[in-house]
Formats: sequence, structure tokens, C-alpha cells
Amino acid sequence: MIGERKIRVLIAKPGLDGHDRGAKVVSRGLRDAGMEVIYTGIRQTPEQIAATAVQEDVDIVGLSCLSGAHNHLFPKIVESLKEKQAGEIPVFGGGIIPIDDIPGLKKAGIREIFQPGTTIEEIVRFIEKIVQR
Amino acid sequence: MKGKLDPKRELKRWEGTTLAKVLNRFPERRENFKTTSEIELNRLYTPLDMQEFDYSEKLGFPGEYPFTRGVQPTMFRGRFWTMRQYAGFATAEETNKRYRYLLDHGQTGLSMAFDLPTQIGYDSDHHLSAGEVGKVGVAIDTLGDMETVFEDIPLDKVSTSMTINSTAAILLAMYIAVAEKQGVKPESLRGTIQNEVLKEYVARGTYIFPPQESMRIVTDIFAFCKDHVPQWNTISISGYHMREAGCTAVQEVAFTLADGIAYVEAAIKVGMDVDSFASRLSFFFCCHNNFFEEVAKFRAARRLWARIMRGRFGAKKDASCMLRFHTQTAGCALIPQQPDNNIIRVTLQALAAVLGGTQSLHTNSRDEAYATPTQDSVTIALRTQQVIANETGVTDIVDPLAGSYAIEKLTDEIEAKAIEYIDKIDSMGGVVKAIESGFMQNEILNSAYAYQKAIEDRDLIIVGLNEFVTEEEPLRDILKIDPEVERYQKEKLARVKTERDLSRVRRTLEALREAAEGKENIVPPVLDAVRAYATVGEISDVLRAVFGEYRVS
Repeated sequence: MIGERKIRVLIAKPGLDGHDRGAKVVSRGLRDAGMEVIYTGIRQTPEQIAATAVQEDVDIVGLSCLSGAHNHLFPKIVESLKEKQAGEIPVFGGGIIPIDDIPGLKKAGIREIFQPGTTIEEIVRFIEKIVQR
Repeated sequence: MKGKLDPKRELKRWEGTTLAKVLNRFPERRENFKTTSEIELNRLYTPLDMQEFDYSEKLGFPGEYPFTRGVQPTMFRGRFWTMRQYAGFATAEETNKRYRYLLDHGQTGLSMAFDLPTQIGYDSDHHLSAGEVGKVGVAIDTLGDMETVFEDIPLDKVSTSMTINSTAAILLAMYIAVAEKQGVKPESLRGTIQNEVLKEYVARGTYIFPPQESMRIVTDIFAFCKDHVPQWNTISISGYHMREAGCTAVQEVAFTLADGIAYVEAAIKVGMDVDSFASRLSFFFCCHNNFFEEVAKFRAARRLWARIMRGRFGAKKDASCMLRFHTQTAGCALIPQQPDNNIIRVTLQALAAVLGGTQSLHTNSRDEAYATPTQDSVTIALRTQQVIANETGVTDIVDPLAGSYAIEKLTDEIEAKAIEYIDKIDSMGGVVKAIESGFMQNEILNSAYAYQKAIEDRDLIIVGLNEFVTEEEPLRDILKIDPEVERYQKEKLARVKTERDLSRVRRTLEALREAAEGKENIVPPVLDAVRAYATVGEISDVLRAVFGEYRVS
């Protein structure tokens, strides 16, 4: 369809973690797959990320955290989106995240957690499936 | 020459006959073979590759310029490298326990990991610290925490490496202050602070201040240590994190040495004589999977640094030209699938680092794609080094791979390609300019993306990830940091704050502000402030107010 809107993705780094290889590589991979990607850069607070998501009118938010602070930070972003009446924007995450933490994160509203070794293709398929067009 | 075969003619003959016959029937696995740095590999290296090779110019002897063959004359025949496992997590008490365990099991040096709030200058009770306290390293708020970490560990007997950058002056000051309480003088302290801010803007991200102001702190530390802590390695010029962020072996050498050049220039600019500080510079590299490229990388880095120090900076002492380095195996090479395979990867990487002549080594643990490692995993990682050191015999010959046609050729090529990068960075106006323009960041991202693509296209095979995949139960026995750590640490901080002499804290912080605003060295007033139990956050805030904060535009 002519003029069909591309999927808009926000890739964000919450907390103090500076490991941004995953976030940057995924951002570029999603762009190559035809999506519009906004990358926040490092050291974002949950409130900043939610505000950017709303302002940029994104379809989905991807979070990356390798510092172990995911249990605290990821749910905060979901909450913050809800507070901004943007609770419908799906959130997913990746990084160094122990398997046993995944059920808790999903319960808090994170749609999917990707472990190291995930391919970009898997993430693309996930996003295309989950974003309601 | 009579009775001697002409190698050139012989090679031609071999290619036309023996080789051609086989290639016709059995083509090779791929059309071309390349290293991570896109160095094309020949099928075979022969004396023809070494026709221009001048032994004394390129290699020389171990312990002598240009140090290609190693920085000590006897290398591991004298003593093994320092086995130094990076550790630190949760509270000061638990970290102290892990250190004592490692020392009891034959580890020979400590390596201290700090949590992110400590690294970025926030106290545990700061709102930005929420969720991060005690993760990735130990939480240090005041001297009290540091006293606990080193309880019953005599600081004149161990060497301690601290992975600390923007707040390095504070943590070094705390270490000195703990030593004072143990009755150990600063001049007998041995160890390293990373103190390497440039790569933080490029790859690791724990910057606080803008680059120029950060460089002021770095050179203040150089000057202070030269006079007061002479055995201390004042900086660990680090390629590790850029490699982890995705760069190639050549880029790792080039960007690390380019950073090194910037530190030397900064120190000379504030009036220091190059030979007064250069011997305390140390380096930190990664060791990844491509075995021969890694061995050659270390040798190339040593030779190139020696040439830079003598040629570019006119260093007169040999010790100023010596590239001494710590190695850590590649964290980014570890995967969560079939995690025991990580032990094998680490073993091979560690072996390459040893053959490359490392001064100290950290071997990663098999479970680090999941979390901070458990004690069992760390023990295997330490044992890996002990097996290489004691059982394989590779430690009995100095620089044993020297003279290999392939290794020498690779060493030359890595050096040449690194020089091209350094020239380019020079032409951009130096490394700070290159960082500001995003040059290195882009180069690293391009390489990281190419690596990911190679894995996804199965051009690069990773066992258990894109080949030899099995269904398996994920590893569940991993280290968990108790969320209570944060509360505990906050309480401890609150207690220290009520017990200390507040007017002394204020006085020392005020003195620090004056020093920072002027030209006076900031390390002595930082030392006074930590002795008064000023917090990492309070001291950092004073410096933030004077120096400003760096923000990525």
C-alpha cells in the first residue's frame, strides 16, 4: 500500500549501564529490515523513555540492560507508559537476564525477553507479529 | 646455490603439481580465509614471506626494545603472569569473603569490580542508583565500605587492580586511606587503577565530566602517584571495552594506542617529563577467538608502542617504551547455549594471551552470559590458568611462536593496519576530536554489525549457537544478588553519615572545590575528604559543579 506507515521502534537503555553494543546492533538491524528506529542513547530514566515513546509515537519499545537492574527498571517503564495513557505500547527487552527472572518480567507486562545469541531476524519477526497494524 | 633448492621455484612447482591436483578434486572450505580484521590469510606461509625480515629491527630480544618478544628477559620461566580474577559484588562484606577465598586458592592479585553508582559518582541512596546497587560490582559509598572490603587483607602483600575511571581519584584515595589504617605506606602499595576516561566516551559509558576536565583529573593522578605512590600503575589504557563493543583486533590495537598517545600528550602538556611517568602506564586488552590473530596482536601492540614512545615522544628510558598489559578473555564470545563450552573458549583465549606474553590475566566464567559468576564457575576459570601455567609447558620458552612465518607476517600486517588508523586519527586532530566526531564509535558499530551478520548468515560458526544446536535446559544455578543489598547499603550509608564529623566533611569538600577551580592537584584534597568519610557522591558532586557534566549530543 502506498504511504503505509513504517513500524516505529524505540530502542532504549534504561539505568546506568553503558553496554550499548546490543542496542546499537539491533537498532541498525531493524532499520535494515525497513523499520524506523529511534535509539535513546545510554543512561535514560524510565520516565524519560516513556516520554520519548509517547512523543515519537512509536509502535513498540525495546529495552536493553546488562547491569542486572532489569527487574527494577523494566516494569517501571511499563508503569510510566500507563501513567501517560500509553499502556498499549508493547515493551520487550534483552540483555544479560537470568532465565528465572523472565516470568516475573512478563507478569509485569514485558512482552518478550531476548537472551544473548538471539538473531535480529527473530526480533524482526516478533515485532512484526506483535505490532497491530 | 648448489645443493639448495630455490624456495620461489619450489613453491611454484608445488602449486602447479601437488596442490593443483588436490584442489581440483577437493576445493577448500571457502574461497578466501580472513581474520576478524579482514586480513586475508594465505594458505601457506614460507621463507618468501620473510625475505625483507630484519630480526633485530623487528624482534630483538625479550626485555629489550622494541619488546616484540616480551617485556621481561625470562618471561614465564621467571614467574607466571599474575592470575587476577575480576571480582566484586553486592556488599563490601561479601566481596571481602570472595577475595579471601580467591587468595586462599592461589590467586596472586586482586581485581576489584564496582557497581555502576560507584563508577558514576552516585551514592547508593541517589534516585538514579535504584536497582543498580551492588550489581556488576561492589557498592562503595564511603571509606567505611573500603575498610570492610580489605579487612584482613594486608595491602603491602597484594596488588590490587581497580576498574574505576571517572571516580578513580576517589577510590585510589580510599585505598591509600585504608592502607594508612593498616600501617602501610603509600610508597609500598602496588596495583592499578583503570583511570581511562577516553574509552568511556567511546564504549563503556561511565563518564561523568567532559573530556578535557576528565583529562585534568587523569594527569593530576599521574603527578600525585609519581611522587607518593611510585609503584602504582596510574592508568590502564584499555582496548578491552572497545573490543567488547565489537571492534576488530586491528581496531583494538589502533584505538588503544591512539588513546595512549593522547594521555602521554596530556601529561607532557602539563609539564611532566615523558620518562618520569611513562613506565607507570599499563594496558588492558581483550583476547578473542581467532587464535593466531590474537597472539600476533599482542606482539604488534608491543612493538608499535615502543616505536611510538621512542620515535614520537623521544622517550629515553627503555622502561618508558615497554607495553605491559593485562588481558581478559572475551566476554562477548560467551553464549548462554551449552554454557560449558564457554570453558573451552576461555581456555583457548587464555592460551593465546599467554603465548602473546601477557603480564596478568582474567579468565571469564562459563555462566557470564547469564549473570555475575558463581564461586564454582570462578574456580574453574582460575584453574584454567593454573593448568596452562603448570601443565602445558608453553611457559618454558620465551615467545615460542616467534619466527613462525605466519605469526611474523600477521604481526607485521596488524602493525601496519593499526598505523593507518592512527595516522587517520592524527589527521582528524587527535583522539578527542575523533571521539567527538563519532569516528571510533562508528567504526566499532560497523564491525559489531558485520560480526552479527556473519553469525546470522552462518559465515561465522559458533558452536551451539548457529551449528551443533541442541535442545537443553537453561542454566539455573547462577549468582543472584539479594535485592535487600540496596536497603542494607543505604542503611549503612545513613549510619556513617550520622557518625562522622560533618564540619570536617564540609571543610574538606570546600578545599576540594577550591583546588578544582584552580590549578592545584585535586588528589590531596580528595584524600582529605575520604579520610573524613565524605561519600563518593558528595565528592563527585563538588567536581560536577566545577567541571560540568558530559552529555552526548
